[in-house]
Amino acid sequence: MDLGGINPVILIATLMASAVPILMAALGETVVERSGVLNLGVEGMMIIGALGGFIVAVQTGSPVLGFVGGAVAGALLSLIFAALTQVFLANQVATGLALTLFGLGVSSLGGQGYNGIKPPPTGQLLPDALADLPVVGPILFGHDWMVYFSILMTAVLWWVLKSTRIGLIIRAVGESHEAAHALGYKVNRIRLMCIAFGGAMAGMGGAYISLARVPQWVDGITAGAGWIALAIVVFASWRPWRVLIGAYLFGGITVLQLNLQVAGSAIPVEYLSMAPYLITILVLVIMSAGRKGKANGAPASLGQNFHASR
Amino acid sequence: MFRLEKRPTPSKFWLYATPPVAVILTMIAGGILFAAMGKNPFEVIRTIFWDPIFGEFAFYLRGQLLVKAGPLILIAIGLALGFRAGIWNIGAEGQYIIGAIVGAGVGLAVFPTESRWIFPVMVIAGAFGGWAWAMIPAILKTKFNTNEILVSLMLVYVAETILAKASTGFLKNPEGMGFPGSRNFSSFPAAQNDFLYEPLGLHWGGVAALVTAVLAFILLTRHQAGFQIRLAGQAPRAARFHGVSPTRLVVLCMGISGALAGLAGMFEVTGPAGQISIDFNTGYGFTAIIVAFLGRLNPLGIVLAGFLMALTYVGGEMASTNLGLPDAAIQVFQGMLLFFLLAVDVLTNYRFRLAVGAH
Repeated sequence: MDLGGINPVILIATLMASAVPILMAALGETVVERSGVLNLGVEGMMIIGALGGFIVAVQTGSPVLGFVGGAVAGALLSLIFAALTQVFLANQVATGLALTLFGLGVSSLGGQGYNGIKPPPTGQLLPDALADLPVVGPILFGHDWMVYFSILMTAVLWWVLKSTRIGLIIRAVGESHEAAHALGYKVNRIRLMCIAFGGAMAGMGGAYISLARVPQWVDGITAGAGWIALAIVVFASWRPWRVLIGAYLFGGITVLQLNLQVAGSAIPVEYLSMAPYLITILVLVIMSAGRKGKANGAPASLGQNFHASR
Repeated sequence: MFRLEKRPTPSKFWLYATPPVAVILTMIAGGILFAAMGKNPFEVIRTIFWDPIFGEFAFYLRGQLLVKAGPLILIAIGLALGFRAGIWNIGAEGQYIIGAIVGAGVGLAVFPTESRWIFPVMVIAGAFGGWAWAMIPAILKTKFNTNEILVSLMLVYVAETILAKASTGFLKNPEGMGFPGSRNFSSFPAAQNDFLYEPLGLHWGGVAALVTAVLAFILLTRHQAGFQIRLAGQAPRAARFHGVSPTRLVVLCMGISGALAGLAGMFEVTGPAGQISIDFNTGYGFTAIIVAFLGRLNPLGIVLAGFLMALTYVGGEMASTNLGLPDAAIQVFQGMLLFFLLAVDVLTNYRFRLAVGAH
């Protein structure tokens, strides 16, 4: 089956892989925002994860360790954000921006000397016999482990946020930090852990870009993926499964526009590469339209710092 | 252990002491970073902060300061107005690009005119371009309640692709022998933003920056709109009772910051940059965010902060050519400055108390 030079089976299979970075980052940010913290530093954490993961993978020769390295790098960077906003009570918007600027700088400084190197490949997880099946093969069985891991994380976070005690505490802290504090929860400590988790997820997502998607180290490799992840959290009304849908939607658009570029479509390349950003804006408009105030599912304490006066 | 205690009123002392303290802390942390990179930290810090003003080549580099500070100040003042009101335009980079394209485009459309009206028209066109680009997030916010942070930022990427299209397509120099980039304004005197006084690096952009700082200061301290901006940021509920229209405020703040960023882009492209090219934008729109905070969101403070940040650019280039310090190190340095600023700022509203035993 061929639609204007684009095979729908391959399209679906590649969109699942291309959505992994934003899916991971957006899932992490969902937890962070559910705990009442707005971390705009996703782009910075992703690119630090991309570099950290790349360096670890190249040095050790193990892509799996690379993803761990990416997660650690992202979490370490997010701890700067956590310290500033939770201990020094700095403005979350400004600190998040600072984190992105800092992360972009550090990554371009640390990435010198890693240009043009191939990282160890992240291979397909399941045997070829399954992946070669027609239609379902490439879509269901032909992926590397990160694709399955990102879907698993969606399910786990959905379950944790919805049905566990930890999820309840996170949501309580995010909806009303005063009430959570009165119940005896350490609001800032819980938020700090959520921020570190978000950093690790963004770092892993970033590592997937440099280890599997591109795969090499290029300056500014994330190219706005962190900001798209932030938009997807809003799009998803802070719910994990909707984050998955959102990420796949954007993955699909990205793959489609790349395919159209390759297929030599009549639309100029520049306008095609604008498409993901324009569609993000469009989706944000649709999701926010007609919902004045906080009725769109945003956690009630989102973006507000908590200081226990007593 | 220490604990934080909220001050009854913000500390005047720390309000003004925060930036210098943050700069000193950044120099120390930056020095450690430079030492870790195998450079002599004292030499690097001296090259960045001392040599451009008092060193051997200061006669030239002093002029470069205003060249870099001008756009930073111009953009940061606009951003600060919004930040004060809780309106986060972080897409100034995009507005800067579009302002440059529209401003330069108007000039290039009538090449090679010698009319002296063309430059003023281009100035207006540049401001209009930035304003129009900023109106997209502003109108989406007021009409559909869309997050202006994300939309303005997405539009930076869109603006960058338009810039690529402009320099390889619709604004490409027809006599450029196929190279990307527009005509150079140095060969288009009527539309060129030449130096008014070269030793100081003063061109129309610098003039605009300094005039805007004074006007913005008057607006914030003496004018009804400035009062409304400050009120909306500090006490949104009180602002509503006072009759401040959030819609008007968003349109006003985004419009001003977009127009100023557009102006900065237009002055840059017709002056120091000289032409529209793919990598014409150098991140002023993002650095201006640091400048706005470093200047305490106060127009006069922003002028000082703009010069300080320009110093890190000019000195950073010196350190790059003389000492082989990578450009990215300066970016890290600037990011650290914002971190320290935000951290030290806690002392404005809180004081540290030694928590002894039970309280």
